[in-house]
Amino acid sequence: MRSPARTFSTVLMGILMLGIFVAASTPAFGQDGTSSPRTITDTRFVWPSWDSIVRVALMRDHNTRIVVLGTTLLGLAAGLVGTFAYLRRRALMGDALSHATLPGVALAFLITGEKNLPFLLIGATVTGILGVLAVLAIRQSSRIREDAAIGIVLSVLFGAGMALMSVIQSTSNGNAAGLDQFIYGKAASMIRSDARMIGITALVVVVGTVLLFKEFRIVCFDQDFATSMGRNATVVDLFMMGFVVLTTVIGLQAVGLILIVAMLIIPAAAARFWTDDLKMMTVVAGGIGALSGWLGASISALLPKMPTGAIIVLTAGALFIFSMTFAVRRGILAGAVRRIRLRRRIALQHLLRAMAEIEERTGQPTSVDSNELLTMRSWVKSDLRKLTSRAAGAGLIDKKSWSELKLTQLGRTHAQRILRNHRLWETYLIEHADIAPSHVDRDADEIEHVLSERLIRELEATLEAGKDIPPSPHESMPEFAGAKP
Amino acid sequence: MTPSKTSQARLQIDQVHHDNESPLSIHDMTVAYHRKPVLWDIDYAAPQGKLVGIVGPNGAGKSTLIKACLDLVPRASGSVRIYGKRYKEQRSAVGYVPQRESVDWDFPASALDVVTMGRYGRIPWCIPPGKSDREAALHALNQTGMGDYANRQISKLSGGQQQRVFLARALVQDARVYFMDEPFAGVDAATESAIVTLLRELRERGRTVLVVHHDLQSVPEYFDEVLLLNMRIVAAGPTSAVFTEENLQKTYGGRLTLLSEAAEAIARNG
Repeated sequence: MRSPARTFSTVLMGILMLGIFVAASTPAFGQDGTSSPRTITDTRFVWPSWDSIVRVALMRDHNTRIVVLGTTLLGLAAGLVGTFAYLRRRALMGDALSHATLPGVALAFLITGEKNLPFLLIGATVTGILGVLAVLAIRQSSRIREDAAIGIVLSVLFGAGMALMSVIQSTSNGNAAGLDQFIYGKAASMIRSDARMIGITALVVVVGTVLLFKEFRIVCFDQDFATSMGRNATVVDLFMMGFVVLTTVIGLQAVGLILIVAMLIIPAAAARFWTDDLKMMTVVAGGIGALSGWLGASISALLPKMPTGAIIVLTAGALFIFSMTFAVRRGILAGAVRRIRLRRRIALQHLLRAMAEIEERTGQPTSVDSNELLTMRSWVKSDLRKLTSRAAGAGLIDKKSWSELKLTQLGRTHAQRILRNHRLWETYLIEHADIAPSHVDRDADEIEHVLSERLIRELEATLEAGKDIPPSPHESMPEFAGAKP
Repeated sequence: MTPSKTSQARLQIDQVHHDNESPLSIHDMTVAYHRKPVLWDIDYAAPQGKLVGIVGPNGAGKSTLIKACLDLVPRASGSVRIYGKRYKEQRSAVGYVPQRESVDWDFPASALDVVTMGRYGRIPWCIPPGKSDREAALHALNQTGMGDYANRQISKLSGGQQQRVFLARALVQDARVYFMDEPFAGVDAATESAIVTLLRELRERGRTVLVVHHDLQSVPEYFDEVLLLNMRIVAAGPTSAVFTEENLQKTYGGRLTLLSEAAEAIARNG
C-alpha cells in the first residue's frame, strides 16, 4: 500500500475507535414519542423485533422516512465532495472545520435564546469558516505546518465551544437541552423542515461538484498547471472548501461534529480501492456515502440507545474495510492473489530452467530425478513434489514418478526461452554493468521473470545476441547453486 | 500624481524596457521566498522561434524563474511580458510543463485524462471537455509515441512515459511559447531523443521553447540559445557565443559569496 493510503487508514482506524467509544459512552437518547421512556439505570440492550426491522426497512414510519432520506442525501454529498477533499489532502481540514462549529452553535443560542436550527447552523457556518481561515493564516504567516495548525485550531475552538456550552447549561432554564446533539449527532430529532433543508443543501453540493468536476480534477492533480492556465487554485479551493463547509454544517445534526469528518474521508478512501478513474471514484464514493447514511440511520432507528452519528460512521467503516479487503483493483486480497500467482510462476520457471540446464549438460532430452533437482536449488521436498505435479498438470513435463521427470516439447520450448533470458541478462550484467560473474546469477534469477518482450529485444540488440542460448558465464557448480538462499 | 498619470508613466516604462516582439521579456525582476531573494535583477529577452536552454547549478533559481514568469510565485519587483502583454492576458499563448515530480502519479487518471487537461484552459468553467478535446489529446499522445497507452493508469507508466504524457499535455495547449521544467530529468534514452525531435518540430513551426536543463554535455547539441543562471543571469545569448568555459566557470564555480550572504541577511532581518 502506498504511504498516503497508509496515513489515511491510520486516521480511519482512529476514527473508528472514536466511533466505538462514542457509541459506548454516550447517554441514551430516546428515539421519539413511540418508544418507551428509559431510566438512566436501564442499561439492558434491547434487540429490535423482526416487525420493527421490516417497518424501518420499508420506511413505513413518516419520521423514519424523513431521517433516512436526510442522512442518505448527506452521505451522497459528503462522498462526492469528500473525494476531492481527499485527493487534495484537505480531508483533515474538514476536521478543524467541524470542531470549530461548536462555539458558533453555542453563540447563536446565546444570542437568539432559542433552539432555532437555521440560526444555530448559521452560527456554526460562521465559526467553521473562521476556523479554516485561522488554519490558513497560521500556516501562511508562520512556518508552522498544516497538521500542527489544524491541531491547534481544532482543539482551541472546540474547547471554546465546550466552555460556552457549560455556560449555557448553568444559566438557561432547561430549553438548552439537546444542544449537545450537535456533538454526537441525533438524526432522530430531525423534523420535516430539517430534512428538507439538508436535502436542498446536499443537492446544491452535488450539483456544484458535478459542475466544477473539471476544475476540481485539475487543481487536485496539478495546481501549478491549473493556475498557469487560468484555473486559479485558490479560487477553485474556495469552492471546494465551501462545499465542505456546507456538508459539514448539514451533517452536524445527524452525525455530529466529532464524526462528520469521517463521512468526508471514508467513502472517498474506500472508493479509491475500486477504481482508477476519477469519475467512477466520485460515483462510488457518493454511493458508499449514501449507503452508509441509509443503513446507518435505519439501524439507529432500530437501536434508539445508539447515537446515529456513531452508527453511520461504523457502517461506513465496515464498507471501508470490505473495500480494502475485497476490491478487485487495489484491495489487499487481490494483491495477495497476484503475489501468489507471481510466486508460482517464478517457481515453475525455476523448475523448467533447472531441467533445461541438466539437458544442456547431457546434450539430449533427459529423464531427471527429483533428488538431483533438490541439489540444484533450495527446494523443500514437499514443495518440489507439488511444483512438479503442477508442471505436469500444465503439460510442461511428463511425471512418471518422483525420480522420472522429463520435459515435454511445450515445456522444453518454455524452458529454453527462460534459460536464454537468464543467460542474456547475466551476460549483460557482466559486460555492461561490470558486476562480478559470481554475483550475477542471483540478480538474473530475480529479473528474468519480469523481463518484458520489449526489454528482451533491447537486450538482444545490445548484446548482438543470436538465437541460441549463450553459454553459462560462471561455473554453475551444483553444490554452490544449492546453497543459495 | 493621479492614477491615470501613474499608469501612463508605467506604460512608458513598459515601452522603454520591454521588447514587444519578444516571446518573453523580463525587466529587472527580483524574486524572494520567505523574504530571502533567490533571483536578483533579472533582465532578459528571449529571441523568437529558438530553443533556449536555462542552465545553472542546483538552487540557482531556474524553476523559480519559470514560475515567476507564469505568476506562480510572486515577484518582489520587476515585470514580465509575453509578446508585449502581461501573462494573464496571454495565457493561451503559453504552454507549461512542470517538473514531473511535482504531481502525485498515483492520482486516479489515465494518460488521456491528463493530456486532455491541456485543453481545459480554452474550455469555459463548468463545461466538460468534449469529443474534439479528446481527439486533440489522442493526437498529441500519438505525436509523443504514447498512443498505445492512452487508457493506461498513469501510475503504471514508466518515468519516461510520464514525461511524454506531460509533453503531450503541453502540445494540446497549442501555445506560441513553451516553458519546460527539466523535461529530460530521469528519462530513458528513447524518451530523450523523442523529446529532442519534438522540440525541433516545435521550432520548425515557429514556436519558442525555454527548457530548464541539467546535462551540460548536451547543451550545444540541443539548444540554439542558453541562459546561464546562478541567482542572477551570468550570461545569455547564442550557445556558440555564450556557452564558454569561462562563463560556465562563473556560473558553477561556487556561489557569489556576497550575494548569498546578503540574501541570508535579508531573510534573517525580514
